[in-house]
Amino acid sequence: MDALDLARWQFGITTVYHFIFVPLTIGLAPLVAIMQTIWVRTGDEKWLKLTKFFGKLLLINFAIGVATGIVQEFQFGMNWSEYSRFVGDVFGAPLAMEALAAFFVESTFLGLWIFGWDKLPKKIHLACIWAVAVATNLSAYFILAANSWMQHPVGTIFNLETGRAEMVDIGAVLTNNTLLAAFPHTITAAFLTAGTFVAGIGAWWMVRLVRRGEHDKARTYRSAVVMGMVTMLVAGVGLIWSGDWQAKLMFDQQPMKMAAAEALCETQDGAAFSILTIGDLSNSCEGVRHVIEMPGFTSFLATGDFDATIKGVDDLQREYEEQFGFTDEAGNPISYQPNLAVTYWSFRLMIGLAVFSAVLALAALWLTRKGRMTDNVWFARLGVLAIPMPFLASSFGWIFTEMGRQPWVVVPNPNPSGVDGVWLLTAQGVSEVTSVGHVAGSLVAFTALYGVLAVIWYRLMHRYAVEGIAETPDSPTPDQDADAPLSFAY
Amino acid sequence: MDLAIVWFLLIAVLWTGYLVLEGFDFGVGMLLGIFGRRRRGAAPDATAEKNRRVIINTIGPVWDGNEVWLLTAGGATFAAFPEWYATLFSGFYIPLLIILLALIVRVVAFEWRGKIESETWRTWADRALVIGSWVPAVLWGVAFANLVRGVELDANHQYVGGFLALLNPFALLGGAVTALLFLTHGAVFLALKTDGEIRERASVLAERLAPVTLVVAGAWAVWAQLAFSVPWTWAAVAVAAVALVAVVRATRARREGWAFTGTAVTIVAAVVLIFGSMYPDVMPALDPANSLTVANASSSPYTLQIMTWVAVALTPVVLLYQGWTYWVFRKRISAEQIPEGVGLSLRKIADQAWGSKPETPAPRS
Ligand code: HDD
Ligand code: HEM
Ligand code: HEM
Repeated sequence: MDALDLARWQFGITTVYHFIFVPLTIGLAPLVAIMQTIWVRTGDEKWLKLTKFFGKLLLINFAIGVATGIVQEFQFGMNWSEYSRFVGDVFGAPLAMEALAAFFVESTFLGLWIFGWDKLPKKIHLACIWAVAVATNLSAYFILAANSWMQHPVGTIFNLETGRAEMVDIGAVLTNNTLLAAFPHTITAAFLTAGTFVAGIGAWWMVRLVRRGEHDKARTYRSAVVMGMVTMLVAGVGLIWSGDWQAKLMFDQQPMKMAAAEALCETQDGAAFSILTIGDLSNSCEGVRHVIEMPGFTSFLATGDFDATIKGVDDLQREYEEQFGFTDEAGNPISYQPNLAVTYWSFRLMIGLAVFSAVLALAALWLTRKGRMTDNVWFARLGVLAIPMPFLASSFGWIFTEMGRQPWVVVPNPNPSGVDGVWLLTAQGVSEVTSVGHVAGSLVAFTALYGVLAVIWYRLMHRYAVEGIAETPDSPTPDQDADAPLSFAY
Repeated sequence: MDLAIVWFLLIAVLWTGYLVLEGFDFGVGMLLGIFGRRRRGAAPDATAEKNRRVIINTIGPVWDGNEVWLLTAGGATFAAFPEWYATLFSGFYIPLLIILLALIVRVVAFEWRGKIESETWRTWADRALVIGSWVPAVLWGVAFANLVRGVELDANHQYVGGFLALLNPFALLGGAVTALLFLTHGAVFLALKTDGEIRERASVLAERLAPVTLVVAGAWAVWAQLAFSVPWTWAAVAVAAVALVAVVRATRARREGWAFTGTAVTIVAAVVLIFGSMYPDVMPALDPANSLTVANASSSPYTLQIMTWVAVALTPVVLLYQGWTYWVFRKRISAEQIPEGVGLSLRKIADQAWGSKPETPAPRS
């Protein structure tokens, strides 16, 4: 393996890892804020208990999200310094804005929220968690602006003199249509993740307590189930809508990704959407055989028309070769096709794994209708089983988006809304001075540390979820006294 | 004024914010290792544990906000000086990697420490906090001293000096300076924010540390001035010297507020010295022809202009609410205010998952 491969593995591992925790934070922070709002509004103790219960889980998760985010901020310079030189003029701006507008708010107000229990007036304390919730979502907007620009460069020119991409229109970068579609998709994915998490844990506890005959306590968890279910349903609709929009943009902007996602080798009219495809491992078109197909569906997904023509991988390869050259600087032929198996399966797993959330939401809709509760053990099992699925789906979504973009790191857009001349191959972006040893060493170090942290994170989350709601409130009644003990503190 | 110069100044401001703020929370983390040390084989001591929690809780509400100054400095460097960002972080790869690993364990240790009631667990969390504070405190000094000294860049502005070249005597002394400075800054902060035993011990330590810091930092600053800097930064050295002398006197007189102001001013002056000596370079090369300068490393005027608006609009707001946080938590903390831990035991007392008969809930530990 050379430094390029290692750098790619490192980026993939650290970023996917970061994004395991991110969706839960983005979705759960607003849900906890809503729980606390209901408590402040109604004074119903049940919602205070839920706020604290899920609040603790949020904090455990938030810590690791922050810890792994720090690496992200510097990685572009470490392993991808040529990329940074090329894009910094455009790409750095949303990153800096994210820190200034979102990270400061997030971290400061989370501190206030944790340490302000029983210290700050109720409403101000509530405003703190809302500030956190809004800021996490805002941070997603800015970072996705950066990412969407890589998928679809806009508002930019290529400056021959400096040899880099330069921003000419920040408005265009911040209203990139790729971004406008990716943001709701990522956010709704986050809400699906958090909704499933809340409903899944709630379902498990509700069933348990009903079976023990503790109906009063079970009611508290029923509220969580209902809240999670509603979140899942709304988020699910948003996901499909925004995903459909993304697919249409992708057809325009990155036709190769679309073709790869379908393992569509030859150009076709009325292309089918295959559900199962067998291929050999050569990543070439010869080995691909579609087994189960939905006729015309790929054309529909890409354009809204069942008969539309979709270009195949082989034809696109020829087009790219003509436009961008047959060989790289070293004289090796360039393959413009991403890994077919990875794009094909990650796309399907992203969509498919959401089924678990859908089933859980529908089951909850039925079993909790009209104030009912259930003692159905299968419902509890489904709840627990569903929890990891949106996490996985989100990771697959990113793996699809990012690996489907290969071999480009900044994708050339052949369509009128993109910019000509602004593109970069991944191989051109890697740092020139970092040695294989450096990258390999840091890859091992990060992977090992992240492995350990993942185990601890999981055990803590599990432990706190299984402990359930504390029966004795763990803080004295709020008396808003500055000398009061630091009840929620470290 | 040229916007690239404005951004050079703004990045200096961001680093100042970072080093002044995270400086004391690094210091507090380092002091946890000194005041909170466990004796090998000794039985867990409830008072000692409360004192440890006093120490950690002095920075509890603010350390994360302090750290974002670093992230902002990083992002702003990327946006305003892409070449600087690229060369610096690919060149200083190993020190940066070690800093990142240290910061990661530090973050999770803060948040996860109190989650489990177990002596072993807390011992590990404390180790992570102490190491996670010492390592960056030393390495930031090493990194900045190298920037003052100049590094080996080739004609393409790539750092080609290798890792070991970063460990020259001047840089190592720089690492000692930041470590000592943060340690003093942290001790003074602890004295200011606590009451009782910790306050006493922190005051005594601050008093002892202050003169040492004065000598070591003074030696480094004079070396920097004579070998690498420009005449006007003598002014910054003078300010730092006066401030540190004031710290020595204030710690003796137990004037905690003044002492803290003194260490903060010293750090500000140090950043002025560092950035002043670099200017007009952002990364001076040993061969001046290869230096990365404010002019040749910066972004396009358009990007700088946009970023200036953003910074001008948002930075005061950040200062406002971060200031408010310090005001909300302005009270001193003492062991009496620290409640019993609310963490769980690591293993749940076995209870039946699907029991159909009512049973008492498992006791919380
Ligand atoms: C869609 C959302 C999203 C995406 C794609 C990313 N992040 Fe992230 N990041 C967040 C959403 C987020 C967040 C929700 O705002 C986090 C997660 C947990 C947290 O505390 O904030 C966060 C934390 C976080 C932090 C710590 C912030 C703090 O101290 O409060 C940094 C420095 C980054 N991220 C940087 C990055 C970079 C450079 C990314 C690009 C590769 C990236 N993140 C991808
Ligand atoms: C703003 C956000 C992001 C930016 C700027 C970004 C940028 C990059 C860059 C520069 C690379 C290295 C070049 C390459 O190998 O492709 C990369 C690779 C990758 N990224 Fe992203 N990324 C972002 C978000 C994400 C997220 C959130 C995930 C998933 C959780 C992700 C998953 C990946 C993967 C899996 C790779 C490896 C692809 C490969 O090596 O083939 N990315 N990304
Ligand atoms: C009918 C359902 C869905 C469709 C049609 C769909 C479509 C898409 C498309 C086309 C992309 C790639 C965008 C690009 O490369 O530019 C994408 C990315 C992504 N998907 Fe989905 N998706 C669906 C369901 C889901 C589900 C259930 C989840 C997770 C819970 C999810 C999470 C993601 C994520 C995190 C990304 C990467 C970020 C982004 O580009 O927005 N998607 N999706």
